[in-house]
Amino acid sequence: MTPLSTAVERLSPGEQVDDFLVWEPIHIGAQGILYRVTGRNTPFPLLMKVPRFQTGEPAESLLSYETEAMILPALSGSHVPRFVAAGDLSRMPYLVLEQVQGRSLESCLEEAPMPAGKVAAIGAAVAEALHSLHRQEAVHCDLKPDNVILRPDGEAVLIDFGFAWHARFPDLFAEEERFSAGSVPYLSPEQILGVRGDPRSDIFSLGVILYEMATGELPFGMPNSRGGLRQRLWDDPDPPSLLEPGVTPALQEVILRCLEPQAENRYRSAAHVAFDLRNPQQVVLTERARRLRTGGLLTRGRRWWQAHVKPLAPPPQVKPALHAAPVIMVAVDTTHAEDERQPAILQATRNMLSLSDEYRLVCVSVVSAPPLGGSGAEGESALHVEHMTRLRSWTAPLGLPLQRLSLHVVVAGDAASALVEFARRNQVDLIVLGAPRPRQQPLAWMRSVASGVTANAHCSVHVVRVPERPPQPPDPVPPPPR
Amino acid sequence: MLLALLSDIHANLEALEACLAHAEAAGATRHVFLGDLVGYGADPAAVIGIIRRHAARGAVVVQGNHDAAVARSSGVSSEGALDAVRWTRSVLDAEAIAWLASLPLQAREKDLFFVHASAAVPQRWEYVDTPALAKKSAEAAGVPWTFCGHVHRQTLFFEATRGRMTAFNPVPGVSIPVRKARRWVAVAGSVGQPRERNPAAAYALFDPGKERLTFHRVPYDHLAAARKVRAAGLPDLFRWSAWP
Repeated sequence: MTPLSTAVERLSPGEQVDDFLVWEPIHIGAQGILYRVTGRNTPFPLLMKVPRFQTGEPAESLLSYETEAMILPALSGSHVPRFVAAGDLSRMPYLVLEQVQGRSLESCLEEAPMPAGKVAAIGAAVAEALHSLHRQEAVHCDLKPDNVILRPDGEAVLIDFGFAWHARFPDLFAEEERFSAGSVPYLSPEQILGVRGDPRSDIFSLGVILYEMATGELPFGMPNSRGGLRQRLWDDPDPPSLLEPGVTPALQEVILRCLEPQAENRYRSAAHVAFDLRNPQQVVLTERARRLRTGGLLTRGRRWWQAHVKPLAPPPQVKPALHAAPVIMVAVDTTHAEDERQPAILQATRNMLSLSDEYRLVCVSVVSAPPLGGSGAEGESALHVEHMTRLRSWTAPLGLPLQRLSLHVVVAGDAASALVEFARRNQVDLIVLGAPRPRQQPLAWMRSVASGVTANAHCSVHVVRVPERPPQPPDPVPPPPR
Repeated sequence: MLLALLSDIHANLEALEACLAHAEAAGATRHVFLGDLVGYGADPAAVIGIIRRHAARGAVVVQGNHDAAVARSSGVSSEGALDAVRWTRSVLDAEAIAWLASLPLQAREKDLFFVHASAAVPQRWEYVDTPALAKKSAEAAGVPWTFCGHVHRQTLFFEATRGRMTAFNPVPGVSIPVRKARRWVAVAGSVGQPRERNPAAAYALFDPGKERLTFHRVPYDHLAAARKVRAAGLPDLFRWSAWP
């Protein structure tokens, strides 16, 4: 590679770089220096990232700078900082981007171990940010608490895409076994073997973060040798509940599933992680949830053998297609179980689920609150149980395994907004629901739940219509006897 | 400046016209024809006519192995390709054949190098289809950006760290930053005979100022081109391609 001739000097406050006025440095890191800058009248504060690659500086900073300059402009949404400008690499390399307001997850970790509810809330926010990134065909590849900022409203933003991978761009780190400093505790086993571009690697790193938030410990410590680094290829971490009794079985199930050494045993999608963290009562508990000690000597011995003897070469790259595990939400009206549209909605759901066994189904019934002055919480709970039972019976013909199915009864007055809100919060990819009956008055569509959901949903909506049957001819009247 | 890179046209007039129209709509200001203008397809005279008009306006044209074979009446390996060479010679006039014979094997302009196959030994028509062969070609070219054809599959080879090359399969229509600080070898794909089970014509656009490269696939009436090939009695070599 042509060596870069221009060594970048430190910028001083008051200096003008292209359109931007440089203020004070905010952070001086191994990879580069961050300055506060102004210019271009953006409605958000800006920072300028200037890579360091003078002689003796780590070579990664150049690769990381090029990688981030390539990938960040291609990303959108509220879970990544907004890209503003990039400087010419040969003249003055820099990136100007949104300075995300909020608190670094690293600083939140001072409070670890945190209560299970807080771990789940922050974890779900990070999982949602990851899902948004994975949907854009990108993998972060360097997820750690330092690279997550929590906005005041709880939303997570991922920063630093210097090691990221994007399906549409050449991977400058291909075949490189290089990791950024401080990332080692969070790297997935396959990344250690040199595999890049698998979204499930980010899910492993999220598992490490969840573990750290829940217990205050790192599941694989801070290894400083190659052997120590490879330990996670075969070893189980201590179950989190062993270190911190407050870890619920559901949270332990989620954490240990994210930390499975083999990528195919982890969650297939970050949206599923977010869903399980937001809905702990829906988590299917396996042996992972009950685990009180690390795997037996025999299990670990077998895995050790496999990790040391079998895969000397990296495993074959069987990556799931990015975003190939969608969540389908079906709205079931359990208040009118006899409704003629129900079989058609069930059939539409069945057709969609038959496309792939990666699809996950979420069934939601919105019921109105019991009349005031009733038996209060008790009445609501009985209502909940009753509709849950109806939902379960509605889904029974689909024969879905529990891992692919979850059932929810939502008590709300406005069904359309409750459905839209539920879908948005749970990263639903497609909503299935019934159209108003054709027989209803002309204004029925305007007033229907289907129209409200279609107008306001963040995702696609499949509206199931039942064709109107022609009116039955009246029974033939026998001719009057002559 | 926006360069249109067109390779392996193989006398396919419909595909060439579709790519030229696409490039014009995209604002291409200059054309580079990376060889194999003829061979296989049914319209060698018309295709040569169009390319010569572009050459007169400053387009770069380099010779491919099929062009050399038509000019010398030999030099392709397979029996079917040889039949196509004989047929092409029979329908071209002496002047067009002489023009094909006069084409250079390579062209270099500042940071850009154009060649049909490998820049290492162009007349050996080596396929640039592995990172090692791309590295050899890039080193011989000695410039940041080498463009070639010959392999009928769009690929972007690039120098990662420590001088190693890596292959990347580009996604059509995505503008890729290709910074001058490292070496790139772009295989433009084939206009007239892509071999990826997708009949759409392949070409690429390169902006040297912005240092960005975009690969494109352009659908066209490939059935019409295939009908002409069969009507001309040319060898039906398209079973293994995406052609019907």
